[in-house]
Order: sequence, then C-alpha cells, then structure tokens
Amino acid sequence: MDAQDTAFAALTPEEAIAPKKNRVAAKFFGNTRAIIGCVLVGTFLLIALLAPLIAPYDPNKTNFLAVRQAPSAVYWLGTDEIGRDILSRVMYGGIASLYAGVVAVLIALAIGLPVGLAAGWFGGWTDALISRATDALLAVPFLILAIALAAALGPSLTNAMIAIGLSQVPIFVRLTRGQVLSVKAEDFVEGARAVGVPNLLILARHITPNITAPLLVQATLTTATSIIAEASLSFLGLGQQPPAPSWGSMLNTAKNFLEQAPWMSLSPGIAIFLVVLGFNLLGDGLRDALDPREE
Amino acid sequence: MWSLILNRILVAVPTLLLVTLFVFALQRLLPGDPLLTMAGEERDPAVLEHLRHLYGFDRPLPVQFVIWLREVAAGNFGASLRTGEPVLKLIGQTLPVTVQLATASILIAMLIGIPMGVLSAVRKGSWVDYLANIISLTGLSIPHFWLGIILILVVSVELQWLPASGYASVFDDPVRALQTTIMPAFVLGSGLAATLMRHTRSAMLEVLGLDYIRTARAKGLLPRAVILKHAFRNALVPIVTLSTLLFGQLLAGAVLTEQVFTIPGFGKLIVDAVFNRDYGVVQGVVLCTAIAFIGLNLFADVLYILTNPRMRS
Repeated sequence: MDAQDTAFAALTPEEAIAPKKNRVAAKFFGNTRAIIGCVLVGTFLLIALLAPLIAPYDPNKTNFLAVRQAPSAVYWLGTDEIGRDILSRVMYGGIASLYAGVVAVLIALAIGLPVGLAAGWFGGWTDALISRATDALLAVPFLILAIALAAALGPSLTNAMIAIGLSQVPIFVRLTRGQVLSVKAEDFVEGARAVGVPNLLILARHITPNITAPLLVQATLTTATSIIAEASLSFLGLGQQPPAPSWGSMLNTAKNFLEQAPWMSLSPGIAIFLVVLGFNLLGDGLRDALDPREE
Repeated sequence: MWSLILNRILVAVPTLLLVTLFVFALQRLLPGDPLLTMAGEERDPAVLEHLRHLYGFDRPLPVQFVIWLREVAAGNFGASLRTGEPVLKLIGQTLPVTVQLATASILIAMLIGIPMGVLSAVRKGSWVDYLANIISLTGLSIPHFWLGIILILVVSVELQWLPASGYASVFDDPVRALQTTIMPAFVLGSGLAATLMRHTRSAMLEVLGLDYIRTARAKGLLPRAVILKHAFRNALVPIVTLSTLLFGQLLAGAVLTEQVFTIPGFGKLIVDAVFNRDYGVVQGVVLCTAIAFIGLNLFADVLYILTNPRMRS
C-alpha cells in the first residue's frame, strides 16, 4: 500500500470521493478544536461589532460616585479607578484589539507576499538580497522591533498597528519564498513558462493561488500574535491612548490597583487570552484541514 | 563539517551589516528629530545647529553611516542623549539582571516543557497527551504580562509568600535572588515551556517511529531504556538547538515581565529610553540585541552541526 492509498484509507468512503474543497471543509468542521476556535473568534467579533448597541454604558463615562466598585448587578464586571464600567470598556476594547490584529496582518501580507514572490521566483541576486534583509530583520526580536518602531512613529493605535505589521513582514517573506520555490518546480508552472506566459501573470494566476493555504494558516496564527503584541504595546503606553479603551492599557492601569480593585485586572486579561486562544485553535484547525499529509 | 561552520559564519556577516544599516536607518530616516529633545523647550535654531554639527547630523547620510559603523566596530555603541553615559555601560549594568532572569526562565521552561513533551509523545492519544496539549495551548495563548499580574495578586498580595517586585543578584544574596526571580522566571518560562513541549513531542514522535527503535524493542529492552537511552538522546539534538534560540528570544521577552515586576534589567532600559525619547539608547539596545541574537543563532547552528553525527560526517 503506497502513501496515497494509506491517505485514502484514512478517509470515509464519502470523503474519499468528495472534491478537495469539500474534504477540507469536512475535515475542518469535523475538528472540535477548530469549532471551539471559530466560536471564540466569532463571539468576540460579534461583541466588538455590536459594542455600540449592547454595551450597558458609555465606555468613557466617568462616575465618581461609583469608583472601584466590585462586580454587582449594576456593574457586572465592576468599575475602574474613575468609575467607568469595565464590561463596556472590555467590549469596546475588543474593537481595538481585533482591528489591530487584522490590520497588522494585512500590512505584513501586503508587503511580505510580493517581496517573497519576487525572492522565490527571480532567485539570484534578488533572492540573496531579500533573504539577507529578511535575516537581518528576523535578528531583531519581534517585540523589540515593534517597540523601537512604535517609539519612532509616536504612540497611537495606528502606529502600533504599522509597527506590528512591519515587524511581521519577514515571517511572510520567508514563508512565501519557500512556498514559491516548491511550486516553481511543478510541471504546470514549467508549462506556462514554456508557452511564454509573462512572469507577472504566472505569479498571479499560477503561483499565488497554490500557496494561499500555508499563508492563510500563518495569517491566522499571526493575528493571535498581533493581538498580544497590540495589548503589550498598549500595556507599555505605546498603543491605544487613553481614554479610548484597550485591553492592554486597561491592564496597565489595573496593575496599580491590585490590592484595592483586583477585578480590574481579571476581565481584560481573560478577554485577550480567549480571543488569542480562539485564533490559535482556528489556525491549528486550518493547518490540519489544509495539510495533505494529515489525510 | 568545518566548511559548513565557516559557511554559517560567512552568512552571518552580511546579515550583521544589514542589521547595522537597518538600526541606523531606524533613527535617521523615521520622523522625529532626536536633537529637538536635547535643544530644550525653546529650540533655539543656533543651539540646534550646534548640536547637529556636534553629532555629525549635518553630513550626508552615507558619510554618517560609515562614521557610525566605524564607531560601532570600535566598540562605541553611542551614548545616552540625556545623560551622556555610554550605551555599552548602561547595557553592562542591566544585562546581568536580565541574563539571570532569562537563565532561570529557560531552566523552568526545560523542566516543564521537555518531560511534558516526552510523556505526551510516549502516550500519544491518551489523556496525558490531551492534558499536555491543553497546557501548551494555554501557555501559547496567555498574555504573559497578565499572568504576571495575576501571580502578583495571588502569591504576593493575597498569600504574601513572595515579594511582588525587586531584584537581587544570585552572587550577592542567593535566597533573596530566588525569592525575587522565581515568579517572573515562571511567567517568562511558561510560554517557552509550551513551545519546547510541542517541539519535544514532535521530535520524539519522529524518532519513535524509526526502525532502530523497533529493533531496540524487538531485542527486549525495557521500555524506559528504549525511550530514554535510544529515543530521547536522539530527539535531544533539535531540542538543545531550539533552547539556544529561545534564550535569545527571552532577552527580548523580558521587556514586559521586567515592567510588571519592576526589575531593573535590559527590558526596562529600553522602555525607559523610549519614554525619555533617548534614541541613542534605543538604537544601542536594538543593535546589541540583534548582535546577541545573530551570535546565538550562529551558536545554535554550530551546536547542531557538532551534535548531529550526520552533519559531522
């Protein structure tokens, strides 16, 4: 029994005859961990989108008669040091975190994909130069690079997103380059070259669609990293600026009131943990579903 | 083997040069003039002009880069724009603090991650494997600065077992050093333990499926001997290499942990420099981190070549 037979033997008869797209979907939705990831990400996305409608209070409204109140029927998650409702701030904070996570990955992809395509496709000096530049960027640890960039650009959510996105570029360059190198040797690409299809068209029509699976998995996992990075920068004061709510900046304030108001530090941290866990589970599920070796 | 090692060293040189170019560009090309902070509130044009000339900012960029590179090669990483102290001196004061924290963290990570990875691979599909997977996924998803805050809340504030902040050198006061290091080291090490666990598990699974393991089992060796003597020893090569690489990441990861536990280390130096707009220190720290990182990568590569019999031959 060769490898292909073994792979098919692991599938149910329905799965074995189904088109590849359906097989991937069946594997993804048959994976409990992936479903949990979907539910977590979906819930936080929904909460963030509906925050203006469902948040019980204005997230920036202070109430000096309700300073540092413990969780109660009126304030479900309690209030902070100037009487703002923590539940409302956690809901609105989700907008900043998810937005930052997704935009940072889009920035990284927008730069990393074309640069990686060029390195893998053209080879030679282009590849050598891009690869050494990628090595150089990877030599600066991600968070240090993001802090240095955020500091140079100035503290704001937009600059934090740019800094995180730029810091993630080398990961996508390296991944894209590697994928292009393996797809480049395939017969259909050789065929396209032989009949004189221009380079740009080959890259757009033949290479890119065949490397989207690993990029999608990496993008999902990088979103998780970017959300933690945004929270970290906001925690340091380099991300979302007060009074706008952000999970990271909420934790920064909360650490000063650990004895007086311990509840202030619980909910933002749990929110970051759950949403990051969701993206990690989703990424793992996508990888399992899209990896042909898993069959 | 030696040509392979030489090749790795040669590849590191252009990477290092590009890092210096990148660090230089970070300060000179991005918006914001570092000299404005030094010129004071009034920002007198004459003072600014004098400062520009003093620091060589009035020369063409390529000339500035060559001059700066020459200084770096001579061991002069610049000075703090605020205090005038050499960056290397500041790094020399704070790096031992972070190295102590990073060493304790990597030890904790190895003590948790490697046995968990081995157990998880040996008992693949069992409840031990699932539990290890859940723990590793939690370790990868939890924001570590939050874990630090929660530990302070429980261990320091509620139980009052350990101090919430502070630092003592292990050479000056070992007991105090243990008390102040164990909590931040656990926070920093828990994420790495998750990464180590995942890699150990996959390395063990790969080795356990090989023919020589089947042969060892067929010879009637005890399962413990097969796992520890035959499988684990071979799986250890990539794990040791990974641990070296993780040590480099720890130096950077310490930024937030040091902030939470108020530890006067390398991470705190860069955060303070950012808030004081002390670009000289930021630039020096980024460069030092990158050099250390490239050095550790090179060390990991060489270690891999030396410990892998196939690479040796």
